Amino acid sequence: MPAPLLVPALLGVAFLVLPLLGLLVRAPWSEIGPQLARPGVGEALRLSLVSATLATAVSLVLGVPLAWVLARSQLRGRSVLRALVTVPLVLPPVVGGVALFLVLGRQGIVGRWLFEATGFSLPFTTGAVVIAEAFVAMPFLVISVEGALRAADARFEDAAATLGADRWTTFRRVTLPLVAPGVAAGAVLCWARALGEFGATITFAGNFPGTTQTMPLAVYLTLQREPEAAIVLSLVLLGVSLATLLLLRDRWLGRGAVT
Amino acid sequence: MSLAAHVVVRRGSLELDVQLAVADGEVLAVLGPNGAGKSTVLRVLAGLLPPDGGRVVVDGDQVWDSPEEHRPAHERSLGMVFQDHLLFPHLSVTDNVAFGLRTRGVRRTDARATAGDWLARVGLTGLGDRRPGQLSGGQAQRAALARALVGEPRVLLLDEPLSALDARTRLTVRAELHRHLTDYTGSAVLVTHDPVDAMALATRVVVVEDGRVVQAGTPAEVARRPRTDYVARLVGLVLLAGTAAGTTVELDGGGAVAVAEDVAGPVFVAVRPESVALYLSRPAGSPRNVWPLRLVAATPHGSVVRCDLAGEVALTADITATSFAELGLAPGAGVWASVKASEVAVYPR
Repeated sequence: MPAPLLVPALLGVAFLVLPLLGLLVRAPWSEIGPQLARPGVGEALRLSLVSATLATAVSLVLGVPLAWVLARSQLRGRSVLRALVTVPLVLPPVVGGVALFLVLGRQGIVGRWLFEATGFSLPFTTGAVVIAEAFVAMPFLVISVEGALRAADARFEDAAATLGADRWTTFRRVTLPLVAPGVAAGAVLCWARALGEFGATITFAGNFPGTTQTMPLAVYLTLQREPEAAIVLSLVLLGVSLATLLLLRDRWLGRGAVT
Repeated sequence: MSLAAHVVVRRGSLELDVQLAVADGEVLAVLGPNGAGKSTVLRVLAGLLPPDGGRVVVDGDQVWDSPEEHRPAHERSLGMVFQDHLLFPHLSVTDNVAFGLRTRGVRRTDARATAGDWLARVGLTGLGDRRPGQLSGGQAQRAALARALVGEPRVLLLDEPLSALDARTRLTVRAELHRHLTDYTGSAVLVTHDPVDAMALATRVVVVEDGRVVQAGTPAEVARRPRTDYVARLVGLVLLAGTAAGTTVELDGGGAVAVAEDVAGPVFVAVRPESVALYLSRPAGSPRNVWPLRLVAATPHGSVVRCDLAGEVALTADITATSFAELGLAPGAGVWASVKASEVAVYPR
């Protein structure tokens, strides 16, 4: 192997792996138990898992049909629609949080109407956490499912139609099972992204322990006061991420199109 | 007439305009080269492709396609068999066959029982719990046939159902398909590029080239009296066009052929390659059809050698390997070809 490629490649590996090793080396292993048992930690972890799962559920319900429209419909302006859908992928999450606030906040375009009608205000609630996470994470699912739909043989859908299945039945009984691995891979990616969400969440939902303080927010705030505790919390998130990666590498996901 | 269709599709370079009529119990083969548009015809009949014009009418009064309306595939009483079977990979064989019943509201247990009966009819008893990936090519195509027939459709469409199978399997599956098509009471349309499939399975044949029907008739008629070079090649004949006067046909490309019948006007002349004899010198006895020709190519073809000849008349001769060796012919060599007038078929253009 030529050195001009090998040396930067090795440096790249070191760059990506060393920080994680540092985290492991500096970890106060003997204190992990007590640190995790502290009030607030379990709460933040539970809130993170619940809100990431709810955000993934929202993304599945909205994102899979959206991916189908992008992959299968003859809609005009589909490429524009796809570009719009993928904006949150490249948008700084904190900008997403501001945008959500402007639309759904108490003075927002939709939020004001919602507040006047029901007296309910979305920002700074757990619901806002879910919405912020779904906003940032759903494009991962849409892109993944759309890729799987494009890779799937559409002639199976023709065959279903000749067997009397309308498009909805075809979608449920043929298309969805065929792209299930892609949907699962997309859901895992989406969930992992939602779990790590920071910028949009803190902007739109704030940082209230028990209702909106998720793990990443807890890590950031703890780091300023008690670095040891922050390391422990980081380790937990690292563990969850590695588990996600393992899940993704599992064979039944490997068959799907993880694009 | 139970299926009457006039299919017009314009798509890129393809200008398709084909009329078909299939009676109950009849099997119509649509024969044609790749790209002729025959699969497009089938997709229109299936409702998978709305045509640009024409009509598809079933039983005289059920309009499936017309300029005013397009009935989608799932609302048509049809079954379709695809070249590569397209069994749903995530369902068992039984659930594949039961699929068409389930979509039409049959209860799950009833649908599975009927599917089991059909699997028995196509000789797949005991394989119902397998996934399609665990079947051989022939078994998969049998299951696909059962899946298409299970709803007792008015129209059965077969898109190159045998061409993905190996030669030996094709033989058995073709025989079984023939049996099922004989039992089938609706109208069947078979698309194929293999004349053997068309001859073995169909009651009538239409030949489609470049989006047009160029010939229609029973398999025997089409095989005996081809009207285009493509059909002639398929059925192993040499086709020559000319104008007849008395028992002589002046060929359009020059030269003349003597025939046994008294005919007049524009005609086709069909010559069987095995009726052409080759000689190194002009044959004695002065037969009327003798031409000095040139050997262009010689290819072994089963037990014979197929000799393509050029000259006054473009002919093909099938001669035994022994004769070929005795003649000692090399490409480019001159040779005399003769054919008896009584061996030449002649029919109006």
